[in-house]
Amino acid sequence: MKTASLWELAALFASLSLVAVGGANTVVPEMHRQAVEVGGWMSDGEFANIYAIVRAAPGPNMLISTLIGWEAAGLPGAFVATAAMCVPSCLLVYAVSHIWDRYRHARWRRDVEAGLAPVTVGLVLASAYVLTGAADHSWRAYLVTAITAAISLATRVNALWVLALAGALGGAGLL
Amino acid sequence: MKDEVAKESTERISLGALFSAFLRITLSGFGGTLPWARRTLVGERRWLSDREFVDALSLCQFLPGPNVVNLSIVVGRRFRGAAGALSAFAGLVVAPFLIVLGLGVLYARYGRLPEIDRILGGISAAAAGLVWAMGLQMAGTFARVPRSVAFSLMAALATGLLRWPILPVIVVLAPLSIAVAWRRG
Repeated sequence: MKTASLWELAALFASLSLVAVGGANTVVPEMHRQAVEVGGWMSDGEFANIYAIVRAAPGPNMLISTLIGWEAAGLPGAFVATAAMCVPSCLLVYAVSHIWDRYRHARWRRDVEAGLAPVTVGLVLASAYVLTGAADHSWRAYLVTAITAAISLATRVNALWVLALAGALGGAGLL
Repeated sequence: MKDEVAKESTERISLGALFSAFLRITLSGFGGTLPWARRTLVGERRWLSDREFVDALSLCQFLPGPNVVNLSIVVGRRFRGAAGALSAFAGLVVAPFLIVLGLGVLYARYGRLPEIDRILGGISAAAAGLVWAMGLQMAGTFARVPRSVAFSLMAALATGLLRWPILPVIVVLAPLSIAVAWRRG
């Protein structure tokens, strides 16, 4: 497998950072294209495994950039790719939220918020639907999803217990 | 100009508290961090109201970058400016960064184990349930406004059921929804 230069990684992830509207998942196909097909930094199977590792670990999915950087250029690659994935979008968000706060009492801002809120919630519900389709392959798994949602809506039980129980059921081969 | 709530909060929330809140969010976030962000920020710490959370997340979703990373910047900045944004961001990212690297090294040495995959499958099923609950709770802020429910359903159908790419859906629906909100005042 080829190695990447740090500049290459920085340029790639910095540009992905600024187009990743909706989160890192929306640019995963482009990461795959660059890392496997264009750059030749890793094989198809390695990419799939990296993706699985990142989803398994706690924390945001954009850390897939960390492992791509690691495979492509070692530890410096991991740092550069992660930083490049975060810094541009964070600076943009910082600047916009600063301006946003300044107009906190403006009428237009109230209208924009009233307009955006339902679309935002729709996107969250869509991601719930997509995640359910990806995770659940049996009626028992669907039941786990439904019961978890119900517990989370109706009780104050710490959801980590529910996740742990579901993990145990999965590990025992019951789902 | 800050309102009363924000002023009160500024005095209460330290950089360390921002760091630890986002550390907790990220370390709980197996299979998705956003439900934990809502639980922690709205439920446990009461830093944001239901409505403020929806508004903050709207801003985060329509700008590029991972939603929860953006949220750390917005919430951190709101309470403690640049230092706050940095603290919240560090709390969110540093620990998982090390964990992911560690797992990557372990994987390179040992490969993947089928038991782990099955456990993760169970966790993912439950994690999807948490996202459903979060979406429904957020929908509660406008459940009595028919036009809002309609836009919500359109966004959900387009990106969920039909799997249309998120960017064009936002570009079409967001201005429409804002225009309707503006006309109705």
